[in-house]
Amino acid sequence: MEIKVLGMGCAKCRSLVAEAEKALAQSGRPGVVEKVEDMAMITAFGVMRTPALVVNGRVKCSGRVPTAKEIGPWLNEA
Amino acid sequence: MAERGLNAEGPAAARPAWVPGLGLALACAAWVLIYSRLRGLASWFTFGLAGLGPSSRFAGAVDFFAFEGPKVLMLMLAVVFGVGVLRSFVTPGRARAMLAGRREALGNVLAALLGIATPFCSCSAVPLFIGFVTSGVPLGVTLTFLVASPMVNEVALVLLFALFGWKVAALYVGTGLAVAMLAGWFIGRLGLEDWVEPWVYQLRAAPGGEIEARGLAERLKAGGVAVRDIVGKVWPWVLAGIAVGAFIHGYVPADFMASFMGRSAWWAVPVSVLMGVPMYSNAAGIIPIVQALMEKGAALGTVLAFMMSVIGLSAPEAIILRKVLKPRLIALFFGTVAAGILVVGYLFNAVF
Repeated sequence: MEIKVLGMGCAKCRSLVAEAEKALAQSGRPGVVEKVEDMAMITAFGVMRTPALVVNGRVKCSGRVPTAKEIGPWLNEA
Repeated sequence: MAERGLNAEGPAAARPAWVPGLGLALACAAWVLIYSRLRGLASWFTFGLAGLGPSSRFAGAVDFFAFEGPKVLMLMLAVVFGVGVLRSFVTPGRARAMLAGRREALGNVLAALLGIATPFCSCSAVPLFIGFVTSGVPLGVTLTFLVASPMVNEVALVLLFALFGWKVAALYVGTGLAVAMLAGWFIGRLGLEDWVEPWVYQLRAAPGGEIEARGLAERLKAGGVAVRDIVGKVWPWVLAGIAVGAFIHGYVPADFMASFMGRSAWWAVPVSVLMGVPMYSNAAGIIPIVQALMEKGAALGTVLAFMMSVIGLSAPEAIILRKVLKPRLIALFFGTVAAGILVVGYLFNAVF
């Protein structure tokens, strides 16, 4: 599973990476959490508010930091 | 805290559709009941429970805190929740669709209004800027949006309403919007598109990356998330601010501030604006202090200029925008907004 955190490196982006890693570990599924800081890539996802969470190429959430508990079901859908 | 209960995690679909509506009605009723009794509760706490004599300075300070603290927190809870729900109707994607290809003057007015309804943290300023500019929103209109959104901030609004009354709150919104509109319009007229970093125009923003909430349960949940994120973060600052305000209220002699921040000191407005630039996250705690200062003789225009500067001119945002704007455009942009704030400050000092 491919999880991306889009954001330019503010405190919120870092806490989203932590939440996503926690959710991934809890789901017990193989995968990686990747941090995307390149503006061209962020723009290509159509995201205007960071941080944003992308699971297998689909934007799940933007402009806030969801909890690991909230991220869990998104990983299971994917 | 009644609203919290509505947003307990759980499958919203499993509940009948009327449950969130009923919960909301009950929470509102409980809120009104408690809010209407706050004055009596505060007096009971200070003079009954704590047994303080009515004339002491300490009692004055305690009573101020016991009334203003819960009052401001309750107002903030209600407004942040309500605004969170309303905002689930306006996403940046929709705002962009409404603004793309707009003509300037009308575009600036619309952008300022949409800016209030679309919150973003300063780290989102760059993706928003690119998303707007690359899909045909004019530069000046985009800049209006970027100033209006943080300037008219719900926490600041609640505090102004609670501590200064609705007239000052309305003036703050009105003049804040005017500054955002005029600054964006002015820069738009200058035609400075080549002062934007050239790589920005080579990007292409994909449409529809933003997720929207649907249905009452999901919108109420958006309100709950706003409460958790905003009130959860600012309440210690607000209480600390009110505590300092309570101290000033009880101990600092009346008219003490008149010599520093009163209307006779012409330099008070520019100094307040300069002081506001580096302050950012503590805006919530500053307003109660400012209110207490005003009670001791500081002038309204100076206070408003200070607030706008704290919230609208943030140094971190300027640094972040450097990625997409050339330094001279940032300087011009912030200079124009600062000039607008100065005018507002002097205007109110002259009128009131």
